[in-house]
Amino acid sequence: MSAPKLLSANFGSEVSFHLDHYLERGGYEQARRVLAEMAPEAVIDQVKQAKLRGCGGAGFPTGMKWSFIPKGGAKPVYLAVNADEGEPGTFKDKYLLTYEPHMLLEGMLICAKAVGCHKAYIYVRGEFDLPIARMEGAVAEAYDRGYLGPDVMGSGFAFDVVVHRGGGAYICGEETALLESLEGKPGHPRLKPPFPALVGLNGCPTVINNVETLALVPHLLRLGAGAFLDLGVPTQGGTKLYCVSGQVNRPGIFEASPSVTLRQLIDDYAGGVRGGAKLKAVIPGGLSAPVLKPDELDTEASFEGLKQVGSMLGSAGLIVMDESVCMVEAMRTITQFYAHESCGQCTPCREGTGWLRRIVERILAGHGRAEDTDNLDSIARKITGTTICPLGDAAAWPVMGFVEKFRDEFEYYCRTGHSRVSGARVAG
Amino acid sequence: MSVDPHANVELPAALAAKEVEITTFPEELKAECDAIRGRYETPRAALMPILWAFQRRFGYVSQEMERVIAAELEIPVIWVRETVTFYTMYNQRPVGSHHVQVCGNLSCSLCGAKETLAMISEELGIGVGETTADGRFTLSVVQCLAACEEAPVMQVNDRYYGRLDRARVREIFGGMG
Ligand SMILES: Cc1cc2nc3c(=O)[nH]c(=O)nc-3n(C[C@H](O)[C@H](O)[C@H](O)COP(=O)(O)O)c2cc1C
Ligand code: SF4
Ligand code: FES
Repeated sequence: MSAPKLLSANFGSEVSFHLDHYLERGGYEQARRVLAEMAPEAVIDQVKQAKLRGCGGAGFPTGMKWSFIPKGGAKPVYLAVNADEGEPGTFKDKYLLTYEPHMLLEGMLICAKAVGCHKAYIYVRGEFDLPIARMEGAVAEAYDRGYLGPDVMGSGFAFDVVVHRGGGAYICGEETALLESLEGKPGHPRLKPPFPALVGLNGCPTVINNVETLALVPHLLRLGAGAFLDLGVPTQGGTKLYCVSGQVNRPGIFEASPSVTLRQLIDDYAGGVRGGAKLKAVIPGGLSAPVLKPDELDTEASFEGLKQVGSMLGSAGLIVMDESVCMVEAMRTITQFYAHESCGQCTPCREGTGWLRRIVERILAGHGRAEDTDNLDSIARKITGTTICPLGDAAAWPVMGFVEKFRDEFEYYCRTGHSRVSGARVAG
Repeated sequence: MSVDPHANVELPAALAAKEVEITTFPEELKAECDAIRGRYETPRAALMPILWAFQRRFGYVSQEMERVIAAELEIPVIWVRETVTFYTMYNQRPVGSHHVQVCGNLSCSLCGAKETLAMISEELGIGVGETTADGRFTLSVVQCLAACEEAPVMQVNDRYYGRLDRARVREIFGGMG
């Protein structure tokens, strides 16, 4: 539990979001250094060497993403910050927006210099009233004091930032849906290629990064790539924010090295399972990540570590379930969510998510058929890899995981019309 | 009567009273609208923040407002319509003064969201999708609010409230006008 708190030292503070407080802590010094004396290639090189991985879900190497932006092109380059935070079980970016808005702005400035961008949008989920107010306050302060605007810190570099409020749609967290939404349109994901690094916002090259990814950037430059990498694991530098919720004693947000295990996060950080009950299952990376059983929890909570056990770190939202949970009932919440959030463009996702939801509901109502457990699995499998965006996969993976690991519970419910856990019919 | 805030059904009297008629772009929103347009590259991109400005002012976005906004931005009204209808947070009809939105996603469910919803429904005397006869409260169920560490959670208008139990819910509602 010895990782330094790069991001979370001031979570809960009444003052940390003010510019002066940030400056007292050495804020904007890295951006100043980058703007004054670092070549874009040198910045990108540091980010690559530090093995910074994107914290939005996919863990994509950030330095590589930035290097895809064409150099010296005629079109403007945009930065879109993903603060949509829609993945159920995830609540980390909210803390950064609320308590460290200037840390995000400094990371954005450094990214802007590295990719030659002069305009950024921060796309914040619409429900986040306080985080939006804090972010807007920080942007206004930064303009007032010359940390944003036509001549940032006297460097001659121009950088504008707009805070954009989402409208309540999970799909807008998907990067191309986010761009559509920033253009004022419904959040329908785009076919790739072309990738946003070449054809993004308004048809121009665009970097899309998660809030946490960018907030780590000033620390990376302050510490140096080597020291930053040392905080993490060989495939992923820096610290990581973990969100632990569900049936634990101390749900909350914890910053740790990605060398931490899931079991440590649950037992040491979140105080163990509530009421001393027995652990049953953990979803390790937001609702879309395949579920794990208690014997799989000594896994390193890094992008690579979770891949090795057939799941994913995703947005690092751990959802903890104890023995009292009926997995068929938990599956209903999950299938309802994806059926509700599918944007409807692709038939397998639009229809498949609805079928999955209806099958789970009929099982719960006591009308499950002998073949329904297999139906769930085969419908899910037919969605994967057939859709425009990864929401289809995200809807399918949890179903495949639940059926694989708790098949007997589904079969029991289909056969008897009752939950094996509670003995009751959960009903429609 | 069950009223989906988005559905095209007759409104209960208390909500119908909140409907406003708009035929021209409201003077009081002109300056804000111009400022918004200055921040975006295209008129269409200014649409979402302008819709938010209307909803803040009037509580919802009517079809007349959609037409007025389209005319002001000089974009087809269908562009406005498809955006209003795609996003769940734009109310197409007036809602209660306090829009109570209870999270029903997994972390909240694991912390008793189902019982919490039933309790809130009982306290308010309305079901999901309904509005109290005095037009004060509308009750909805929503997806994860990204506040799972405080489960079970609800949002009332702009504010989040976590760790809900009956005493806390009574205190929260009791303090509302
Ligand atoms: C359905 C869906 C929802 C997503 N939601 C979010 C989100 O809320 N926040 C986020 O940062 N990334 C989200 N992502 C991932 C983004 O598409 C994108 O990969 C990420 O923002 C890139 O930033 P990063 O490289 O810094 O991780 C989502 C992806 C999908 C497919
Ligand atoms: S996979 Fe689903 S959410 Fe993604 S584009 Fe297709 S229909 Fe829309
Ligand atoms: S599940 Fe309710 S706030 Fe996340």
